[in-house]
Amino acid sequence: MIAKSARAKRTLATPLLAMTLALAGGAFAAALPGVAAAQIEIDIDKGAVKPMPVAIPAFAGAQRGADIAQVISGNLERSGLFQPLNVAGVPDKLTDVNIQPRFPDWQGTGAQALINGQVTVGADGSLRVDFRLWDTFSQQQLLGLQFTSTAENWRRVAHKISDAVYERLTGEKGYFDTRVAFVAESGPKLNRVKRLGIMDQDGANPQFITDGSSIVMTPRFSATSQELTYMALRPTGSSIYLLNLQTNRQETVGRFPGMVFAPRFSPDGKKVAFSVEKGGNSDIYVLDLRTRQSTRITTDPAIDTSPSFSPDGSKIVFNSDRGGQAQLYVMNADGSGVRRISYGGGRYTTPVWSPRGDYIAFTKQTGGQFHIGVMRTDGGDERLLTTSYLDEGPTWAPNGRVLMFFRESSAGNPRLWTVDITGRILRPAAYPGAASDPAWSPLLD
Amino acid sequence: MSFDTKSAVRLALIGLAVASVAACTRPKPQGPVETPPAPTQPATPQQPYTPPPAPGPVDQGPLPGTVQDFVVNVGDRVYFDTDSYSVRADAQPVLAGQAQWLARYSAVRVRIEGNADERGTREYNLALGARRANAVREFLIGQGVAASRIETISFGKERPLDPGTTEDAWAKNRNSRTAITEGAR
Repeated sequence: MIAKSARAKRTLATPLLAMTLALAGGAFAAALPGVAAAQIEIDIDKGAVKPMPVAIPAFAGAQRGADIAQVISGNLERSGLFQPLNVAGVPDKLTDVNIQPRFPDWQGTGAQALINGQVTVGADGSLRVDFRLWDTFSQQQLLGLQFTSTAENWRRVAHKISDAVYERLTGEKGYFDTRVAFVAESGPKLNRVKRLGIMDQDGANPQFITDGSSIVMTPRFSATSQELTYMALRPTGSSIYLLNLQTNRQETVGRFPGMVFAPRFSPDGKKVAFSVEKGGNSDIYVLDLRTRQSTRITTDPAIDTSPSFSPDGSKIVFNSDRGGQAQLYVMNADGSGVRRISYGGGRYTTPVWSPRGDYIAFTKQTGGQFHIGVMRTDGGDERLLTTSYLDEGPTWAPNGRVLMFFRESSAGNPRLWTVDITGRILRPAAYPGAASDPAWSPLLD
Repeated sequence: MSFDTKSAVRLALIGLAVASVAACTRPKPQGPVETPPAPTQPATPQQPYTPPPAPGPVDQGPLPGTVQDFVVNVGDRVYFDTDSYSVRADAQPVLAGQAQWLARYSAVRVRIEGNADERGTREYNLALGARRANAVREFLIGQGVAASRIETISFGKERPLDPGTTEDAWAKNRNSRTAITEGAR
């Protein structure tokens, strides 16, 4: 277990999660990619018309085993690609993860895949979770992994297992071991209270970071650290904050003569782009966080806002009404080479560059409705994924295949939703309260 | 402000008051602290500021120079067309009235708050609200109000007046409010 001991030396603010391949006898060979191609897989770019039936019985090992299976089940179900079956009545109880399942029992449920596991609590209270992913019909092991962690970290273990299963069966990285920053809303529409919130992507462990005394908006994660940037609005002016989630230290990006808004980190976390308004004109600035020098990179008298860096940091997409109404433009990160990329009817705003670099998601208004859509980075292949009274503010899951956004009905009451890039898998996110402005974190360490 | 200029302003206002009274029969507000109902059609033109008559035993209107006086007798809001920040024709007399009132009460400072309806995205609407606030600021400066007395802010779509989801409600929410921050009586 060399990998394990090597990982134990890392210092992380979050409790340690170690992952090792479980060398489970001869079955392991089947887990190596290329040795035996997966008999079952999902092409997520086709938006799985019918979700794959999977069996996720409670892991052996007391209550925690059942809890972990439930979290995995919830993650996979919400992705829309999997249909966890009720398998409580299956005779095979899988009490030992090192013994092969009785496949006919599982084939009888219709499950194409089986996830089973075992939880062991060490003398020091540490948690060890072994799990296996099986193809129930070919009777082959597709994955065998072991995680060790502190006991209170069991949900993250469940998310890591979910990510491993998702990746093995879809060929795409998972996005379950992530968090979402958002704005929790309360109170009447005419006097809405907005607090900055953060939660696990499945809605667990919600925390509220601001007290609601100012209107907070548009949080964004750094791709490289546990840091958020967001804006706060008070009657006396607006501020952009940088908040370190590990130390709780907060600072502003400095003072500007007018409004400041729409902050986002550069992919390396070393800069923040945002809009500064002066005399009614909003332009995009980039602040170098080390030198504290800010550079104005757009000078058009139009509204220039909602900047979003490409994942290599070389370009910025933004929206501008310089052509008469709001459209999307791409420029080099120094402001040169501006070109328009959206040409459809309607107004395009809130562009966000996919962390994979292949798409730009946006909000579009047309025909009295709002849509979340995606297009190629040159503006081609535009697809609208949603339609409602108000859909706004997409944010990418780190795998670049799922978006979260908020939807507000005409009655108010904004909620978080997710949609995949095919538009076929649209569903409410797992947070039960009124919320807006979601921002998906990168995968956690 | 010197005594002489003050008198001149007063004289001008009296002249204007006479003209307005002759021109229209707008009823004096009755309620002691009621703000005017938001207009169902923001296009309703308002008259330039008419200073209320000297307080007498019968008059229940707001005292001159108070925030109430400004809100009730001048009007603190003007309205905009969709995705536009042009000062509309019906807004111009209201803003001219604001400028006159501000000339009369020279210690008053204002913050112009730009607002947008909910039919736009959050950040774009912050920028649009800022444009509206600035358009009103420029208008007031053009009417002689010192730039140093005016600050602006945008609330984007965050502070609607009307919670409705009809065109009427959105029309009310596309506005600029001139808020008195200090110097009122």
